[in-house]
Amino acid sequence: MSFFQMSSSVAARRLFLGGSGLVLSGAAIALLARRDALAAQSDSGTADVQILNTALAAELEAIAAYQLGAESKLLMQPALGLAMTFQGQHKEHADFLAKTVEKLGGKPVQAKATYNFPAEQLKSQADVLGFAAKLEQGAVSAYLGAVPLFGNRDLAKAAASILGDEAMHWAVLRQALGQPPVPSAFVA
Amino acid sequence: MKVSGALRAGLLATGAWTGIAMAAPDARRGEALYGRCMACHALAYDRVGPRHCGLFGRRAGSVQGFEYSEVMKRSSIVWDERTLSTFLAAPQATMPGTTMTYDGVPDPQERADLIAYLQQASRSPDCVR
Repeated sequence: MSFFQMSSSVAARRLFLGGSGLVLSGAAIALLARRDALAAQSDSGTADVQILNTALAAELEAIAAYQLGAESKLLMQPALGLAMTFQGQHKEHADFLAKTVEKLGGKPVQAKATYNFPAEQLKSQADVLGFAAKLEQGAVSAYLGAVPLFGNRDLAKAAASILGDEAMHWAVLRQALGQPPVPSAFVA
Repeated sequence: MKVSGALRAGLLATGAWTGIAMAAPDARRGEALYGRCMACHALAYDRVGPRHCGLFGRRAGSVQGFEYSEVMKRSSIVWDERTLSTFLAAPQATMPGTTMTYDGVPDPQERADLIAYLQQASRSPDCVR
């Protein structure tokens, strides 16, 4: 069965993970198993924890933003299903980032009790999707700006993997809005 | 060195090309560039990063209720065109320990455009209420 025929993202991910040695989990396992103590003791490890925590804060905000969209009653299928899939992937990112921060000896940031979203400006499905698209665009830029800062190349690889996922979110949301899904050859 | 159009576009996109004379700052280009900031910032409210309304003339680390890094709180920076441009070029190098873990905006034209947009936005209804 091909990746595209999988009925769920979990099944698809299992197939993907089983079929390739060059996946995020390899980098994560290597980091978590062997290099965490060394990284935690170094200046670059401290800096890496800060980068991860900033990314974690943004992921937690994205999860809350998709929850707002889901509860707005403005999203119809298939947009609602897409939003929930994307939220689930942000949850996976947040879980990975939090566990890595802990392994590096840091304290993961927690979700805020409340977030300041412009809920009063969301009056249609297009408003919600546009709001999500802007967040995803920003996330792509944020990861792009974080990748070169990591002292640990495995973490840079993991961040690049998340960047790719969130760029796909952005493209799909743009497509749903009737915009060119991939507006340029480079992201910035 | 002769640089092809495609390569030049790539270098510009990644901020690696700096040998080009600067044009006048353009707030419209800056607004498009502000999309990069929107992972963490908004004009009128705090997110992962602090709000940008009221930025010019504000002392760094002084938005009430926002949880800044110690290094930002201790800095004596007042945000203006010059200090913003310096910081945005390489936040981590300029202020090690800042929670703005972003490689920066190395292209001076892009920084000028972005700052022009932030100045324009600071006078917009989003900020003037």
